[in-house]
Amino acid sequence: MTTESIALRSSESSFWQGVRLGLPVVVASAPFAILFGALAVDNGFTVTEAVLMSALIYGGASQMVGIELFGQNIAPWLVVASIFAVNFRHVLYSASIGRRLAHWPLWQQAVGYFVLTDPQFAEAERKAESGGKVGFAWYMGMGLAIYVCWVIESGLGAMFGKLIPDTHALGIDFLLPIYFLGLVMSFRKRPLWLPVVLVSGVVSVIAYKTIGSPWHVSVGAVAGIVLGALFVPGNGKDALK
Amino acid sequence: MSTILWITLWGAALTYLTRIGGHLVLSRFETVHPRVEAALNAVPAAVLTTLVAPALLTAGPAEFIALVVTAVVSLRYGMLALFLAGAATLILLRQVIG
Repeated sequence: MTTESIALRSSESSFWQGVRLGLPVVVASAPFAILFGALAVDNGFTVTEAVLMSALIYGGASQMVGIELFGQNIAPWLVVASIFAVNFRHVLYSASIGRRLAHWPLWQQAVGYFVLTDPQFAEAERKAESGGKVGFAWYMGMGLAIYVCWVIESGLGAMFGKLIPDTHALGIDFLLPIYFLGLVMSFRKRPLWLPVVLVSGVVSVIAYKTIGSPWHVSVGAVAGIVLGALFVPGNGKDALK
Repeated sequence: MSTILWITLWGAALTYLTRIGGHLVLSRFETVHPRVEAALNAVPAAVLTTLVAPALLTAGPAEFIALVVTAVVSLRYGMLALFLAGAATLILLRQVIG
């Protein structure tokens, strides 16, 4: 076997490993994609417009906010500003994950950052933490699985949204908090994990009650990150281990 | 151009900006200060926590127990197992206690 075909085969298997990691995300986000499509049509979108928004913005919460505000006849630039506010947390993901993707060619980085969602970021960080190299094939296996399903399901929701059964009994409204809690737990070996979780949690709840959503995300996150910066474990060496 | 298309294109451009922005700013520096490094290492727990915490405010017994089950299962098993355990607990409890 030539080295080239070995390399190809190994990137093929990392691709499928990535797809496998995307599966729980596909299950957890499917109801939201369908719901988004249904609500978009309810708020005056065509099926094509709903699919286009999912394909180009690719950020669940911000899309929900977008269609909700559009439906309320709010000035378009304010709708755009709200989408930006909801997605602002990605700046932090991007700053953090940049260290793991820096070895990719530029076009791969440009594509990679496009699919940088919450679970994508968390899994890539976990991979880097466990000593693995974050490869493009692996990363895109996960990213494409989630992306393709997200776009298709938005379209299905837009076309057949009226048929959705009792979403409360199916637990749909609470699947994402369960998934995100799992992700939070998966970082528990990092230095200062518990203090960071407690501070971010308390501050975000206070901000949620006072300033309101979506700013509780940025405010709570910054509080936890400042705490992390104040206490550099082991003089900053081996901070990743 | 329709208003919806306008919103979608601007929303998409600004969202992409947030996804590359942090990296673009940080990559201008040649070395990363240990404090910045420590701050970045706190990013996953800090941001992901804020996505869960407000849900606790509205959680009833079914939701709360589902989160506890999720946390306990996460101590031993991977993402798929803990997600399915948490979701199953939630759906089951909602059938029983609503």
